Amino acid sequence: MTTTYRTRGTRLTAAVAALGVLALGACSGGDAAQQQPAAFSDTYDGPAVTIDYWNGFTGGDGPFMQGLVDQFNAEHENITVKSNTVEWAEFYQKLPAAVTAGEGPDVGVMHVEQLSTNAARSVIDPVDPLLDGIGLTADDFTPAIWDAIEYDGQRYGVPLDVHSLAMYYNTEHFEKAGITEAPTDADSFADALDKLQAAGYEHPFWMPARWPAHLMFLSGQWQGGGEPYATDGSAAQFDSAEGVASLEWMRSIVDDGYSPADVAQDAQYVAFKNGATSITFDGIWQINDLEDSGLPYAAAPVPAVLGEQAVWASSHQFFLAHQNDPDEDKVAASQVFVAWMSEHSGDWAQAGMIPARESVRSSGVLDGTVQQPIADAIDTMRFLPPVPGLGTIQSETLEVAVADGVLGTRPPETALTEESARATSLMEENLARFGG
Amino acid sequence: MSEAVTHRPDAPARAGASGPPAGSRRRRSPIAPAPATPWLFLAPFLVLFGTFVLLPAGFGVWISLHDWDYTFPTHPFVGLSNYQALFDPSSTAGGPFWESMRATGIFTVLSVPLLLVVPLGVALMMNARFPGRNFLRAVYFAPYVLGVAVISVLWRYLLDTNIGLVNHYLGVLGLPDSTAWLTSQPAAWASLVGVTVWWTLGFNAVIYLAALQDISAELYEAAKMDGAGAWQRFRHVTLPGLRPVLMFVTVNTIIMSANMFGQSYLMTDGGPGRSTRTAIMRIAETGLSSFQMGSAAAMSYLLTVVLMALSALVFWLFRDRDAVRPRKKVRS
Repeated sequence: MTTTYRTRGTRLTAAVAALGVLALGACSGGDAAQQQPAAFSDTYDGPAVTIDYWNGFTGGDGPFMQGLVDQFNAEHENITVKSNTVEWAEFYQKLPAAVTAGEGPDVGVMHVEQLSTNAARSVIDPVDPLLDGIGLTADDFTPAIWDAIEYDGQRYGVPLDVHSLAMYYNTEHFEKAGITEAPTDADSFADALDKLQAAGYEHPFWMPARWPAHLMFLSGQWQGGGEPYATDGSAAQFDSAEGVASLEWMRSIVDDGYSPADVAQDAQYVAFKNGATSITFDGIWQINDLEDSGLPYAAAPVPAVLGEQAVWASSHQFFLAHQNDPDEDKVAASQVFVAWMSEHSGDWAQAGMIPARESVRSSGVLDGTVQQPIADAIDTMRFLPPVPGLGTIQSETLEVAVADGVLGTRPPETALTEESARATSLMEENLARFGG
Repeated sequence: MSEAVTHRPDAPARAGASGPPAGSRRRRSPIAPAPATPWLFLAPFLVLFGTFVLLPAGFGVWISLHDWDYTFPTHPFVGLSNYQALFDPSSTAGGPFWESMRATGIFTVLSVPLLLVVPLGVALMMNARFPGRNFLRAVYFAPYVLGVAVISVLWRYLLDTNIGLVNHYLGVLGLPDSTAWLTSQPAAWASLVGVTVWWTLGFNAVIYLAALQDISAELYEAAKMDGAGAWQRFRHVTLPGLRPVLMFVTVNTIIMSANMFGQSYLMTDGGPGRSTRTAIMRIAETGLSSFQMGSAAAMSYLLTVVLMALSALVFWLFRDRDAVRPRKKVRS
């Protein structure tokens, strides 16, 4: 699958590649981090420079990003932006090694939940002057995203877009079942499932055990009013009552026969594309893939089955890579590039994303797009707290608990309690490592 | 030895030279190389081996004694505490590590016997004369040339519980068609072992085949003359003839199985739960995702020690019991 997140197949190559860079990284040792933000200027009139721009847009979003880069290059005589696109999983292993070895990019894009980890490791530099220079303030973003880019009192990312989980449904199936409106809450969702079954769709909602199951779980816990992690990074709380309720709901979809048991990796998405299932939750970056498939489908916000409207989201963020030996011209040119991209983030909506800036969103770029109904629910989007190293811990613990809960190998409460305790001790270790 | 056998053709030309040339510099025999020659021949290999194996291996020991996160400016020396943590099952490193060692152990125990026996059967079959033999040899070897990512993704879809072809055809045949091949145990082990055997049996079979062709036909003939049946010929001619190769295949297969990573990484993602998360997976995750190179290096060395012990055991088991004494006599 060629999408932003579905990059399992290449993690192996990523590991191998990272091993290669490792020797370099390990030897250079890395000097003391000097995280002084660079000053901002919105024009660059120095000598011609080439800046390295790293990102992970390997899916349907890749051509759109390259189009923007080409346009930037055409408009700027003395700046050439050279893209280097690698799978995200590989990206996050490669970047720290490359930056530590002094072989990193000048500028790049990463996910918002990765900012704190890389900031704590001095892989990226703060961007406060850049944000001020472009004129980006809290007013242009939802509070959730503005809080998520801050680590240790400084901001590390320039938001490009937000992308959340969405509910995709087969419009043909809905029509046959007599459902006229997309379900929005627990009752209408349950009602829709029953109608679909009555219309002959035996398994209308395949419940995945793997990706994006943990994102569905998080959305559910947030809907119930819970928080999966203490925001100061001191403890995991995904075994709270709201967390247990979330996983029990997921399991009940299987127990109640709306989903077959043992849905393996990616099967639910393949089934949706084949018309074997009627509803699936997946990221909005799948839109282009679904468009290409010719399936009769529509997208809607993830229904609030467990309480208030809330949904997991992430965001692509421009970052400035830390330079052991900064070149002023390149730093200046990189900032011009980021500022320009932020201005043009409306064009990025064609890649299925939602521009992060309120001013861009309200300019009409989303009118008539598939993701428009989801963009309208932007205030309900939630991000993981900026805790360094959280992503790795989550995949080691929460994802295992959710998978076991859905598969029925462990009762939801047991799985969550055990894995949450494990996550807490890992988080405590990280807190000590990163100096709190 | 050289002086005694040297009859140089130029000897008569030297006036008065009878016998060994006294006082002249010691001459080497034309067949004894200069002292540097073997090293020069070995140099290309040694440079690569030293740079990419010996040096990193030595550096790994050094890393394992530190709290080594290469993105941090300092790497504090911690002595043996990385190792101690691994032997403390309540630590965040120890518990998961032994869990993963157990998974590796299960996989090795299940796959090695199959990878020793099945390829031998294939090789015996391929050694027989029948039409289309070369074609079949290629067929058995074919999966081995594919990469682990290719075969894993391929089988992940074939073995999918709900949309996979395997369950579909089982259903067509009227067999149980709802086995969760990748998300339940023990089916997940069966899948991983089965796929691995399918994938790598060609390699072992080719080695067996080469060894079979080395066994002299006269031995079989002689055995036949003495009235040995097929089983006796296999037991007393084929197996002893294969012994040195069998030892290599066993050691090699154990090491390959213990290093299993890609299949469970891509097919089961370590699941269900953590049951198929192997030691190598754990090491890669600790070192490359959590950046704890020190702990990861310590794990690697523990795995290495276990593998060395296993290899030693195999060497001991396969030692040539009958030949030990006579050979010693010849050597002394």
